[in-house]
Amino acid sequence: MTYVTKSGKEYVCVMQVHCDFQLEELKKVLSQFVGTVYQKPPVRSSVKRRIRKRRIHDLELLETSGRLVLLRISSEPGTYMRKLCHDVGVILGCGAHMRELRRTRSGPFTENANLVTLHELSEAVYLWKNCKDGTELEKVVMPMELATCGMPKVLVSDGAVNAITYGSTLNVPGIVALQKFKKGDNVAMLTLKGELIAIGQALMSSEEILKSKRGQAVQPRRVLLARDVYPRSWTQ
Amino acid sequence: MYDFIRKIDDFCGYKNDWVIVRDENTDERYGRYADKRPIEELLKYGVVNLDKPPGPTSHEVAYWVKQMLGLKKVGHGGTLEPL
Repeated sequence: MTYVTKSGKEYVCVMQVHCDFQLEELKKVLSQFVGTVYQKPPVRSSVKRRIRKRRIHDLELLETSGRLVLLRISSEPGTYMRKLCHDVGVILGCGAHMRELRRTRSGPFTENANLVTLHELSEAVYLWKNCKDGTELEKVVMPMELATCGMPKVLVSDGAVNAITYGSTLNVPGIVALQKFKKGDNVAMLTLKGELIAIGQALMSSEEILKSKRGQAVQPRRVLLARDVYPRSWTQ
Repeated sequence: MYDFIRKIDDFCGYKNDWVIVRDENTDERYGRYADKRPIEELLKYGVVNLDKPPGPTSHEVAYWVKQMLGLKKVGHGGTLEPL
């Protein structure tokens, strides 16, 4: 989940400006925020409060109503929307604050794909537990592998799977197929059946791996598959 | 290559071509095809794209889901405004 948390985000937010403003002026101010911004995390935050750089990929003004402004923002993780609204207000000259916020995308998960409310989830759970009907729940719960969409992947030979679940590195001979990645990238390691074994850091680029016969390829950082689902094939 | 593996990247429109190093089969006796898990196993290795209402925190909602499903471990993909 940490790897989803660290991927790109999209938000819709309502900002209240503290004075009447010209639409053109606001648009000009907003356009200045696209790109790299400096932000100091707010007083109530879970990270160290030092100024940091964050990328705003896109900032779109959806509509305005009086002093309320509806914005769509796409940004790097760790960008504070409340701070962004506040800063827009500062540049505008009279101040602004965030009224409402909704995250519309986190990594591969968007509002459009399989979004469920707590009600729908609890109904699906009820049908499964009390009526022995799991069809609704199966529609709602997605295999965790979908969370690795957007991350380069390698397919691991059956014989090399179990060692990874014990924390061993994935070596070149254990790789059956791979996508393109650079050294240092996060890479998802999957079995030939599509099960996520672990997420790790590439110790070689995909090109280097293709040219090599041996060597350490990916260092697992987070193991997800249970141990001993696949047979142990290393010698003790 | 097993069909589901390509579907992972289709899910979010990610494009990164596969290079097949060698043809190899998987032993049916071990593991489980990722998209054919029985429901108990799917719940253990699954994600829900939950539309969290404003009010309760992400931690609270994650805890409710955990209770609802009787799971040991539940996490969430980040808070909007951590308190």
